[in-house]
Amino acid sequence: MTDFINGLLGFRRGPWEMLASILIALGVVMLMQPFVLWLYSYSFVVTLVGTVMFVIVSHFRE
Amino acid sequence: MTNHAIESAAKQTPDGLARRIRGLSDRAIAWIFVAPTIILLLAVNIFPLIWTIRLSFTNFRVNRPNKDVEWVGLRNYERILSDSDIWNTMQATAHFLIWTIVLQVLIGFTLAYLINKKFKGNDLWTTIIVFPMMLSPAVVGNFWTFLYQPQIGLFNYAIAFFTGADPASFSMIGDVHLAPWAIVIADTWMWTPFVMLICLAGLRSIPDSIYEAAECDRASKWRQFWTITIPMALPFLMLAVLFRGIENFKMFDLVVQLTGGGPGNTTTLTSIDLKREAFERWRTGYSSAYAVILFVTVFGLASIYVKALNKVKER
Repeated sequence: MTDFINGLLGFRRGPWEMLASILIALGVVMLMQPFVLWLYSYSFVVTLVGTVMFVIVSHFRE
Repeated sequence: MTNHAIESAAKQTPDGLARRIRGLSDRAIAWIFVAPTIILLLAVNIFPLIWTIRLSFTNFRVNRPNKDVEWVGLRNYERILSDSDIWNTMQATAHFLIWTIVLQVLIGFTLAYLINKKFKGNDLWTTIIVFPMMLSPAVVGNFWTFLYQPQIGLFNYAIAFFTGADPASFSMIGDVHLAPWAIVIADTWMWTPFVMLICLAGLRSIPDSIYEAAECDRASKWRQFWTITIPMALPFLMLAVLFRGIENFKMFDLVVQLTGGGPGNTTTLTSIDLKREAFERWRTGYSSAYAVILFVTVFGLASIYVKALNKVKER
């Protein structure tokens, strides 16, 4: 966990890509879940933030 | 091209042009070769994408080109993301996507595993199994519509044979609970061979020497399967899931032909709904926002999936 936070603070690609991946996956689950409408409503924002973050952080150094 | 042909082509090049080409740097020549492709990509892929994003913030209707186009900001997105009908469509798509991928991977891998064993008539069976994939989705849709007919359909009779139920007592296409499974079955029938072919390529790429070494170490068949076959075929399996996932997220033709999105909206997948918004209700701005949402979702999923695939390949 400490490595993950240090990686985020040091702008390393691995932890940031992991964070972006979690956001994308969360957004897709929110989009397609059948339980709560407001989760569906915010799903696109979460997926968009994750996707844009993924594109940006994939240019960070390893 | 032979040397003679190259020389004659060089001789035919006008002097002025030849001199100009000779004066270009390698980088400039590389750009000249790549430029047509880049221009084509920009025109065919990037420009429509940017134009769609722009339209998604307007109330543009393509059937009313003379009407003033209003900038509506995020209103289209707000309406889509608070519409419970579209939410149901997303759930129908999720059901279709998850079950088709699970069934196709399980059946496809099993078939590939069996076909990979050497036996008589191996090639004939491969051809027979691959046959559904060669058909047009429209043909498959029609074909399964007949199979699902309660009165005459073979599918109903097969189910009746195994369960003892009356074949006319249920309708795969007309029942709200069965229709989502009807499209899953038809798609699985059509596309499992594709997954099988990819898995077969993966299984055939595993060298026999690894299995021989495992035999020498007295590893059981079960252990060989889990520690050699699955890890070495995993990149191929993941590739199959990626292809089928993207393809099924956009699924349109087969489902339209089979159920038309019904009964009610139970089999209305996102692509069908999007087509209706864009080309039946002619709400171009609204449907552009819808398309952008789907694009971002698929793009995001594909990005993390490709990353995971690369990690597996590096192992």
